[in-house]
Amino acid sequence: MRGSAPAVTVRAVKGVLLTICCALVVVPFVGIISTSLATRTQIVNSGGFVIIPDEVTFAAYRALFTGGVVPRAVGVSVFITLVGTALSLASTTLLAYGLSRPGSFAHRPVLMVVVGALLFTPGIIPGYLTIDLLGLIDSYWAVILPVVVSAFNVVILRAFFMEIPAELVESARIDGASDGQIFGRIVLPLSKAVLSVIGLFYAVGYWNAFFGALLYLNDSAKWPIQLVLRTYVVNQQQLGVDQVGTAELPPQEALQMAILVISIVPILLVYPFIQRHFSKGVLVGAVKG
Amino acid sequence: MAAVRKRRNGEVSVQPLSGLPSAADQPAPAKPPSRVNRDRFLLLAMLPGLGLLLTFHYLPLLGNVIAFKDFQPYLGLVDSPWTGLNNFRVIVEGDPIFLTALGNTLLIMLLQIGVVFTLPIALALLLDSLLSERLKRVVQTILYLPHFLSWVIVISIFNELLGGSGPINTFLRRHDLGTIDIIGNSAVFKELITGQVLWKEAGWAMILFLAALSRIDPELYEASAVDGAGRLRQMWHVTLPGLRSVIVLLLILRLGDALTVGFEQILLQQQAVGIDASEVLDTYVYNNGIVQSDWGVSAAVGLVKGLVGVALVLGANRLAHAFGEAGLYRREAR
Repeated sequence: MRGSAPAVTVRAVKGVLLTICCALVVVPFVGIISTSLATRTQIVNSGGFVIIPDEVTFAAYRALFTGGVVPRAVGVSVFITLVGTALSLASTTLLAYGLSRPGSFAHRPVLMVVVGALLFTPGIIPGYLTIDLLGLIDSYWAVILPVVVSAFNVVILRAFFMEIPAELVESARIDGASDGQIFGRIVLPLSKAVLSVIGLFYAVGYWNAFFGALLYLNDSAKWPIQLVLRTYVVNQQQLGVDQVGTAELPPQEALQMAILVISIVPILLVYPFIQRHFSKGVLVGAVKG
Repeated sequence: MAAVRKRRNGEVSVQPLSGLPSAADQPAPAKPPSRVNRDRFLLLAMLPGLGLLLTFHYLPLLGNVIAFKDFQPYLGLVDSPWTGLNNFRVIVEGDPIFLTALGNTLLIMLLQIGVVFTLPIALALLLDSLLSERLKRVVQTILYLPHFLSWVIVISIFNELLGGSGPINTFLRRHDLGTIDIIGNSAVFKELITGQVLWKEAGWAMILFLAALSRIDPELYEASAVDGAGRLRQMWHVTLPGLRSVIVLLLILRLGDALTVGFEQILLQQQAVGIDASEVLDTYVYNNGIVQSDWGVSAAVGLVKGLVGVALVLGANRLAHAFGEAGLYRREAR
């Protein structure tokens, strides 16, 4: 019906638009990595930001990882991420499973509690008071515990568990499996994909945790990587000899971009997994029901 | 107990199959176990999550009583004197900083619903019209990556690229074209943060629309083409109706957060642009309450903000039901 000439123009316009969109995302990443690897002369010559480095040096990373604030912050962030994700997955899965068997005792009031938590998010001040009341100020638990259970994830996971055919569960029960065995041997293995997506989302959340740490961790020795990033990159505080492990300082720009890269790398590492499961529509399906 | 047990016994249970060798190794009890006992694994399973929700979601809700008190840290929450609605006077009488925060919040919200909500739809339509599945996948993967970066990272990236020593300004300076003053410029702060939200979230919002687009029945397009509909008419009569329920759902979700506009994002950049351009309700609560220790007033503002949010979600959802959309929650089927 349509001629081919306009189609070519339309396709060209589409191509250009999409290329621009992708470039807007990709080019900044390339620039950040390049600057973190560039030499002092090139950084000075280019005015502070390098798109393609002439010569590659790992001096900034070596300086940052020899000692000082960054290794400690990475350690804190890894700890918060691992412990938090483990707790989140365990309690979310158990709660969702407990809510997923139809007709079980007290599941309705508990479900109301979960849905209520979706609607009412606690304010900043009452949240702070609660942490203070529990004596958790300056404790890593203050960053982890308030976000361990995401009501949203509980609802998604419960919907998934409810899709598991009742015949499967009943036949196991007839074979003499207890509720615990049904959960461990049938439900969990069937839910690997959805659990890994939810786990990755939790992990990304913990790695990115910023405000909780800002609010509850007064001691800068306990800061996770995001707070270090804010101090030295967003607020442009200079990194001195005390903050890095070496006496000889690489250029500030390279150090700043190296911290930025360090904070992005874990996300890039898990991204393909998220992406793979996501394209299967695990979460999109769950969101829209 | 027994009555409750009898009333709801819809579940398939092993007990009636008395002839089969089942889990009942022990002699069957005289009466079937109580529901509490039967479901003890499920109940125990729910405990940790339930406890955490109660402690960190519901206990703070109780903490909102601070909004009705003249909080004195050395007295503690319980012993601080009650002040009735005194803390809410900031809202009613219109304290200037509160009004600035409210005004900025509403302005940013409108800007973001206008731009950040609509552009992903356009992006999804554009991407959906591509023929190659592989190309689609690649573009999607690139575009929604920024969603997973923290605000600290996103702002670092923006500062680096658009700042005084960034590549754009360096290029302009070298060619005597003047410089663009975006970072730390209070005049364009709202546009800047909208741009940041767009960069971070447009790809993510897009995939929800793409999923909806992929569910539109191709026969509808064919039928409309047979009826002589061109590209634009197809979009109006087939594509957009197909997207309607997702658009409604996302609008409702956005409405619930209407008064929440980029708290972390703005907090991180406030130093550079000043309060007048950047204070929003959440930063007001934080700056006024945590930083300046005006606890009661801040809690009052936070409480009102939260209640307005809940009212907006419920109201929008009712509206969606009235227009025949599923909205946020469906009737509990099954």
